[in-house]
Amino acid sequence: MEAQEDLQLNLNEESLLEMYGLIVLSRRLDERTWVLHRQGKIAFHISGIGHEAAQVGAAMALRRGQDWVVPYYRDLAMMLALGLTPKEFMLGVMGKKGEPSSGARQMPSHWSIRRMNVVSHSSPVATQTPHASGIGLAIKMRGDDAIVLTSIGEGATSQGAWYEAVNWAAIHKLPVVFMVENNLYAISVRQDRQMAVEHVADKAAGLGLPGVTVDGLDALAVHRAISEAAARARAGDGPTLVEAMVQRMTPHSSDDDDRSYRPRAELEALKAQDPVRLQRDKLMDMGLLSEQAETEVQERAAAQVEEAIKFAASAPYPEVSEASYPVYAGDRADG
Amino acid sequence: MAEITLIEGLRQGMDEELERDERVFIVGEDVGQRGGVFRATEGLYEKYGEDRIIDSPLAEDSIVGIGIGTALYGMRPICEIQFADFIYPAFNQIVSEAARMCYRSAGEWTVPMVIRVPYGGGIGGGLYHSQSVEAFFAHVPGLKVVVPSTPYDAKGLIKSSVRDPGPVIFLEPKRGYRLIRGEVPEDEEVLVPIGPARISRTGTDLSVFAYGMMHHYCLEAAERVAQEGINAEVIDLRTLKPVDRQTILASVAKTGRALIVHEDNLTGGYGAEIAAILAEEAFGDLDAPVRRLAGPDVPAMPYSHPFESWFMPDADRIAKAILELAAF
Ligand SMILES: Cc1ncc(C[n+]2csc(CCOP(=O)(O)OP(=O)(O)O)c2C)c(N)n1
Ligand SMILES: [Mg+2]
Repeated sequence: MEAQEDLQLNLNEESLLEMYGLIVLSRRLDERTWVLHRQGKIAFHISGIGHEAAQVGAAMALRRGQDWVVPYYRDLAMMLALGLTPKEFMLGVMGKKGEPSSGARQMPSHWSIRRMNVVSHSSPVATQTPHASGIGLAIKMRGDDAIVLTSIGEGATSQGAWYEAVNWAAIHKLPVVFMVENNLYAISVRQDRQMAVEHVADKAAGLGLPGVTVDGLDALAVHRAISEAAARARAGDGPTLVEAMVQRMTPHSSDDDDRSYRPRAELEALKAQDPVRLQRDKLMDMGLLSEQAETEVQERAAAQVEEAIKFAASAPYPEVSEASYPVYAGDRADG
Repeated sequence: MAEITLIEGLRQGMDEELERDERVFIVGEDVGQRGGVFRATEGLYEKYGEDRIIDSPLAEDSIVGIGIGTALYGMRPICEIQFADFIYPAFNQIVSEAARMCYRSAGEWTVPMVIRVPYGGGIGGGLYHSQSVEAFFAHVPGLKVVVPSTPYDAKGLIKSSVRDPGPVIFLEPKRGYRLIRGEVPEDEEVLVPIGPARISRTGTDLSVFAYGMMHHYCLEAAERVAQEGINAEVIDLRTLKPVDRQTILASVAKTGRALIVHEDNLTGGYGAEIAAILAEEAFGDLDAPVRRLAGPDVPAMPYSHPFESWFMPDADRIAKAILELAAF
């Protein structure tokens, strides 16, 4: 029912298929990156498997390229939706020259896409949230027609910086959407050891902004929630906290072994709720995706991923001399 | 030329930059109607309004973090940390974010911002209103660290810091806010570049390196020892990062002796860096071991007046150190 409404109101058939294509592409890319790690070909991977639907739903609710995005490390699918190419991602994973997020300085999945207003973030969690509020403040000061979306895990909302930043946005009614991707785990620590409230969205009440919890396995539901929050922000009515319930279907990262803290049965059960399958089924129910179209989507994604791996594998590493700059704005290799 | 105080120089500099560039704004605790607890921003709220002179919530990490966000968007924030002693909650944003942004994005994102930090003792401030924090930040590539000691430099350096394309930690010797007076021209723009030190007293017998309030005590001490026939050269470093190696090395090449004075405690303090530069690059010029005079290695400045005097180097102690070094 709601899906039919979405189709009529803000998403046409083409964009629903784009959404699905991005979700599939992200999954294929992510799975292949795990394989590269197991093969000893790359040093590190941090995965977005289980988060894809929420991320693509959110990204497609923005005016891509005009709005600002301050993401976190799980947002591969969101970045693909914002224009990151699989080749660029693979350059980053392999630490190759000219990788666009950091010139191969940062670990993989530490995003930055200047051309799409995606701001560079670091590893210490929640450091990005104040930046989002600051960007919101600047947008308000300049009177510009843009909003900011920032994402974070539920565990990192324990950080003081997160509360401080959300507080700022609430006080000044800044055009910010605070998206929390709640997968119930912060590495091994479950949500109930992280907060006493039932939902992260409940924290919003104490800070004076609306908070909503949405099914993050449903791209359209997230799209709807972020669209509403973005509209509020654009209208000058201030920030919204949107908590998307997602699932982490992998260990925390390639450095983690989750067997000591996560029951195998729990992980098995997640497969029945795989967001990629759920989106596919929904599109098929809506009559938008045929079996043949599905095969094409899968094949296109697989081909893009293989092409990206081949491209990045043959790309050169950066010159060591590149590592010495730019420490200060304007520094050059010979500076 | 008008004689003004250090804090007036600072205020004039900020006022002119706010006037010049509408992207410049000030954010911090009590900076608005109150004009700052030291009144560095007095009158600016009335002139520029609450949208440009912003009273922040009481949360330092957010003062810097929000400032960074606005800078990424193209604004030119001046963030005030009320006392250096309260900068630690913002350490994460300064070190992990502001300092590393340019490098970690291969120059795609930069953070043009000034973080103003009243620092130093001698005001009865006890452990948590007296600290010197320069060593923490001078260690961090990506930051510039500036310490004016005169009204002229306060004005000229704050203006240059606002125009700098990256993050600048601007340390203000708060004991000198109203104590230090000096002439600042009214009819020409005062701009002091970040980087060069200033030889504030030329001499031939030994070189004394200092910054902030200690620079003034060193000048006082130099006048005293002059009566005993010792001619000390005094150098106000002004910028701790990047440091002016050339001026430091040229002075020691001339005098052969070096004394470094700071109020921050000795171990791992900024003086160690100057001493290391001299050990590495001026070994052949030295006629005596490099000497450091600094605060004692206790956790911070204790409150009681005699404690405070014990902690802070003063002209007497500096003069004594100069004489000892000259006699070596
Ligand atoms: C300040 C800080 N402390 C610790 C870490 C190590 N760390 C990285 S991710 C993480 C868990 C984050 O969990 P959550 O916020 O729920 O996000 P998720 O990874 O589940 O998406 C931890 C502890 C860090 N990166 N930063
Ligand atoms: Mg989590």
